[in-house]
Amino acid sequence: MFYLFAGIILICSLLSITTRRILRAAVYLLCVLLATSGLYFMLNYQFMAAVQLTLYAGGIVVLIIFSILLTHHITHRFKHPNITKLLMGIGAGSIGIGLALVTILSHSFKATTNPELPVDMTVIGTQLLSTEKNGYVLPFELISILLLASMIAAIVIAKKEKNKNTEI
Amino acid sequence: MTGYTYTVFIILIPLVVFLITGLLGMKWKPIVSGVIGTIGMGISWTLSLITAGSYFFSGNHAEGFQTILPVETTWLRFTDTLHINMGILLDPISVMMLVVVTTISFMVHLYSLGYMKGETGFARFYAFLSLFTFSMLGLVIATNIFQMYIFWELVGVSSFLLIGFYYQKPSAVAASKKAFIVTRFADLGFLIGILILSFVTGTFDFGKLTEPGTAIFGSAASMSFLGISALTWAMTLIFIGGAGKSAMFPLHIWLPDAMEGPTPVSALIHAATMVVAGVFLVARMFPVIHFQAPAAQEIIGYVGGFTSLFAAVIAITQYDIKRVLAFSTLSQLGYMMLALGVSGYGGEEGLGYMASMFHLFTHAMFKALLFLGAGSIIHAVHSNNMYDMGGLRKYLPITHITFLIACLTIAGVPFLSGFFSKDEILVAALNHNKLLFAIEFLVAGLTAFYMFRLYFCVFWGKEDRHYHHTPHESPLVMTIPLMFLAVASIFAGYIPFHHLVTSDKIGFASEMNYMVAVPSVLIGLFGIAMAWILYKKESEVPAKLAKSWGILYTATYNKFYFDEIYLFVTRKIIFNYISRPIAWFDRHVIDAFMVGIGLTTEKISYQIKGMQSGQLQHYAFMFVAGTLALALSMIYFLM
Amino acid sequence: MIQGIPLEHFLIVSTIMFFIGVCGFIIRRNLITMLMATELILNSVNINFVVFNRYLYPDQLQGQFFSLFIVGIAAAEASVAIALIINIYRKMQNIEVENVNELKF
Repeated sequence: MFYLFAGIILICSLLSITTRRILRAAVYLLCVLLATSGLYFMLNYQFMAAVQLTLYAGGIVVLIIFSILLTHHITHRFKHPNITKLLMGIGAGSIGIGLALVTILSHSFKATTNPELPVDMTVIGTQLLSTEKNGYVLPFELISILLLASMIAAIVIAKKEKNKNTEI
Repeated sequence: MTGYTYTVFIILIPLVVFLITGLLGMKWKPIVSGVIGTIGMGISWTLSLITAGSYFFSGNHAEGFQTILPVETTWLRFTDTLHINMGILLDPISVMMLVVVTTISFMVHLYSLGYMKGETGFARFYAFLSLFTFSMLGLVIATNIFQMYIFWELVGVSSFLLIGFYYQKPSAVAASKKAFIVTRFADLGFLIGILILSFVTGTFDFGKLTEPGTAIFGSAASMSFLGISALTWAMTLIFIGGAGKSAMFPLHIWLPDAMEGPTPVSALIHAATMVVAGVFLVARMFPVIHFQAPAAQEIIGYVGGFTSLFAAVIAITQYDIKRVLAFSTLSQLGYMMLALGVSGYGGEEGLGYMASMFHLFTHAMFKALLFLGAGSIIHAVHSNNMYDMGGLRKYLPITHITFLIACLTIAGVPFLSGFFSKDEILVAALNHNKLLFAIEFLVAGLTAFYMFRLYFCVFWGKEDRHYHHTPHESPLVMTIPLMFLAVASIFAGYIPFHHLVTSDKIGFASEMNYMVAVPSVLIGLFGIAMAWILYKKESEVPAKLAKSWGILYTATYNKFYFDEIYLFVTRKIIFNYISRPIAWFDRHVIDAFMVGIGLTTEKISYQIKGMQSGQLQHYAFMFVAGTLALALSMIYFLM
Repeated sequence: MIQGIPLEHFLIVSTIMFFIGVCGFIIRRNLITMLMATELILNSVNINFVVFNRYLYPDQLQGQFFSLFIVGIAAAEASVAIALIINIYRKMQNIEVENVNELKF
């Protein structure tokens, strides 16, 4: 099961960055996100998986598709990328992969023997809003402010300029 | 003996006059600078006469004259024994030179008031004259050889400024450049000689170097280079420096061209003072040369003899008045050098030394007289060419008489000073080296011949020559120096030099050697007679004689083509093979290196500038690459 | 060991996903596709947090919550980015990333 999800993730992400049609890139991204949430389901983090599906797959990908439709000819195909950029990207990527994998695989991760905490909504809810140790009310509030700010920013940035010649 | 500290004024007054006339002369009328210069020089002259009087003629000198140092300060100290001082040294030759330099300079200052009247640059002329006098005086009273070198160079510079006085004329500029370069080249030898000498002996001081029986040369005996001892090298090189200034062969080429300067300059510099600096140097270093480097002394003798013969032969054919006199100066300088070359040391042996100094003194008087007289003639006729003149004795009486006296003196007619001094040289040569004696004997005859050729062509010759405007006698300010110098030429021979100026500073008795005197007078009279026959009346005979000598005449007339040889060597060889490659190297390697640094920096910075491309993805790549590099280095190289 | 899959395999997947995202960011010429690559990066980090939480600290919830916040921030950032892209499109009529290069020497 895991290997299926892993395979989908890897193949779709590769396709997403190399395809020449933009809408297909968005769809491949959607597949990646779906597979990721499948991974979360596998790990028994249902809440996380649900959030992933709702926000990422449902919100962000839709947003991206809207913006594609606003700014593009859908049938427009991309040109091949610059050879310099190609080399730069592949170089950075491969070296990074090599370095990270070598580091990770040479480290032995020790699992604990603590009992597993059952994760369900009540636990998550109380933790999210508690003020004691391991409580996350502060980041919760901060993120809500951040979301407000970004909403206002998006509206302001994307506003159409008033036409100077219109009669008042 | 009263302190001689007033002698410092003798040298300082010309310096002050130079500064005043040089810096402020433009503000006043020109005559003011002339008067200031002349008065200053007059004061120096008086002081030097007083010095000579009290040095030579007061006190008991049975044991010889003492060397007095009224002033001395240490200037640069290299080691405990090796230091360069600045001071004043008074001993017989330097006091004698003080008199010579100040007298001739004063006469020239006076004369120039008339000769240079109306010229542009009058104030500048007097400023340079004072600078020159200051440098020459500094040279003669130098206490050590390095101080002498410093003033030597100053004299070179002043003569450069004076020869090139008419700087608008290209020939004058070329002549001054030539003079400076030739003497500078000789000074290279001088400097190397000084360095070798000071290295070997550890001192620059004249007193220590010339002390009789001194032991500082002990270490020198074992040093040698290429089989010639170190001291011979040193003395020969120092002589080369002197030979440059005194225009000995083959460094004589600058002196005839230096006649481009105004005539008073020729009188001062090239007759009486600067050119004898070389002779003075050899005389100063005489004990060292005689005892430590006898080979060098032989060279000096032969060079002097050859130069005098060479110059006399060329003088026979020249027709520019000043050139004849220039070659005559060369010839007489050869006499002086030769006398030093054949001299011994001490008492009767040192006859050559004394004769050389005596001849220097008398020669200064009559040669300056000849040049100033020539200046008077040129002033009247406005031409230098002997063939343009004739019958001038009717128009220029005073000049005529004084010029005649000078010509008789140089020819060695008895009872005039030239006879006494030249005779002593001939005796000294006879006692030492028969070949040199024969050369000098011949030259005496040639001297008489060419001087009287000059005299007859100018004052007799073509009697009814038409001049553009009637020549008139020079003003009094120009004739007074002529008369004074004529009197000096006559009576200077009676000064008892053998009591005053000798090689070891102790006087000796000497008497006339009739075996030498009579033949030398006869050959002089023979020369005069030849000139009388050929030139007194205008005739075709000289021209026919010249044609019959043919190629020899042409070669002599062109000064044996030495100037052309030198030009060839410098232009074709030195310029092309040495200067051009060096210039190429300088421009293309050294400059290119510097320019290359600049260009490389510019290129590198251009490349770095390209990193700020504005492209977002380049920045992202740099970010990732930097992080990876940091991580790599932290994990693998620091842990 | 969830279902017998060792921790390292999850990490390999997330690492490769991360660097594919980096590659995509650098290679792509279009601003929107660059944004998609950025989402890939963020997702890979998410997987990392969750997996560590599950395998190494099963009694705590920090990994999950952090992932939650990452998702929220990713949403906010994506919306602002799209607003910017729309603005750029209005100015230049296309959204090649090479045209956005005013901040150079």
